[in-house]
Amino acid sequence: MRTGLYFSILILLSACTRRNVETITIKGSDTEVNLVLQLAEAYMDSDLDVSVNITGGGSGVGIAGLLNGNTDVANSSRDINPYELTLAAERGVAVVPFVFAADALAIICHPSVPLDSLILKDLGKIFSGEIQNWQQLGGSNAKVSLYGRQSNSGTFMYFRERVLGKDYDPGIKQMNGNAQIIEAVKADPNAIGYIGFGYLTDESGALRDGIKVIKLAKMKGQNAISPLDKAGIKAGLYPLTRPLYQFTNGEPRGKILAFYEFEKSPFGQSIIAKNGYLPASEAGLANNSRQ
Amino acid sequence: MKRRLFWDIFFEKALKAAAWVSVLTLAGIFLMLLINSVRAFETISFAQFFSGTAWNPAAYGEATYGIGAMLFSTFLVTLGAMLIAVPLGIGTAAFLSEIASPRVRNILKPAIEMLAAVPSVVIGFLGIVLVAPALAKLFNLPHGLNALNGAILLAVMALPTLISVMEDAIHAVPKSYKEASYALGANRWETLVRVTLPSCTSGILVAIMLGLGRALGETMTVLMATGNAAAMPHGFFDSVRTITATVAIEMGEVPFRTPHYYSLFACALILFLITLLVNVAAERIAAGYRRKGQ
Repeated sequence: MRTGLYFSILILLSACTRRNVETITIKGSDTEVNLVLQLAEAYMDSDLDVSVNITGGGSGVGIAGLLNGNTDVANSSRDINPYELTLAAERGVAVVPFVFAADALAIICHPSVPLDSLILKDLGKIFSGEIQNWQQLGGSNAKVSLYGRQSNSGTFMYFRERVLGKDYDPGIKQMNGNAQIIEAVKADPNAIGYIGFGYLTDESGALRDGIKVIKLAKMKGQNAISPLDKAGIKAGLYPLTRPLYQFTNGEPRGKILAFYEFEKSPFGQSIIAKNGYLPASEAGLANNSRQ
Repeated sequence: MKRRLFWDIFFEKALKAAAWVSVLTLAGIFLMLLINSVRAFETISFAQFFSGTAWNPAAYGEATYGIGAMLFSTFLVTLGAMLIAVPLGIGTAAFLSEIASPRVRNILKPAIEMLAAVPSVVIGFLGIVLVAPALAKLFNLPHGLNALNGAILLAVMALPTLISVMEDAIHAVPKSYKEASYALGANRWETLVRVTLPSCTSGILVAIMLGLGRALGETMTVLMATGNAAAMPHGFFDSVRTITATVAIEMGEVPFRTPHYYSLFACALILFLITLLVNVAAERIAAGYRRKGQ
């Protein structure tokens, strides 16, 4: 967020020194802001006649900005909802989605939890508190210890919407961020938590020590897939991949289209992969639409 | 002559204005909290807010605004902190004032005061990486992110205030009291416990109140170290979420001018009133103490 702010100021300042520069304003998701920033930085190196101005604030803020006409592109880590669509129709805004990358959530446990895979329904029961003891899933007699994010996190909302369909167990420990969840899960032998897929591995791409990644299946009878299984994710078999959207008013044209093309290019996709996100082509999103 | 008079009056007014700035700020904060809190009760009933125990404004279904569990959590952590800090504080203060040689005292006192300069995030960080695993091991718990962890850290943070004020109080006990005690054949321990400490009870109470205020309002440390579970705790080994942590977590992303937004002001107002009460109590005790001393 902070870097985002500084960077936008920097871009604004540099825009003052250039002439005939076209500005693209992008607003929205905090999950996407740093990634889009890196993409825009690389894109601006290749095209000096464009200046991209990016701010965060959350997916809802981006979509509201698009509806109010004060942003060109809205970043969103969720799809536009029916209420926003009615608003768009009333205001004559034709919302066009573009998926430029994807993100997967990983379920992690302490290595001593006797569990390797879960179906989505049981995962939901664990986090909503219907399953309170590992014994209920064939483990030892120990109370499940839940770790998640705080309610200001988009991931908190996505996970609740997609997996629980109801409230979290009130006993869930709400941590400050992904890194804190990992540290807590490492230390707690009965722990289970969710984190962004990018946090599973360290800089060299190796799985972090002291955690176990749980394989997930959409329903009983299906093969459980690890979020580290690239082929499985590409085939759309991992249930917790979510598309990262960019919305425009009407079909993208001119510099916005050029920026989209850059994001789709091998160079753009390599930036996405380097930042711990999934290139859209490898996320198998077509087979993994929301239910 | 006229010029001198002008500057004299000018500075008197300027200093008076400076003193009023802090009073007006306090009044302004109180008013702002009050006005925004009142709006919360347009949609949330008093009964739900004060007697409810479930705080879940971002609920999947209907939002609930019960402050009970948070209030109890705040008291639990603060009480724990005081149970740890008060005996330690009295012991340290008595040692510093009555037993330690000037050389030891000159090293110890600044060191204790330095403790107050450690930023609360650093203490919180130590809570996560050091105290929590130690507690888990010691009490055979799955994790150490609980009320006890928060209490220990808050005790550490309240200690400098406690010790400093208590030491002053013990030091202020007239020498003649102690001399009388020694003359009657009491040893140093008996003099300390039977004479010196009882005669500065109100000073010690003031110290406890100030430490209490410090612990009640602390945010970052408890936010990091207590696990932030919204459920009603059953004891020191449960994760808790205090009022301060809730306001800090939720204020950042709450949509403005919604019941949730106003309810956070109401939480802050409750906290403000509690700390105000504690501080006023400390002030009253101190005033009584001064009168008695004269």
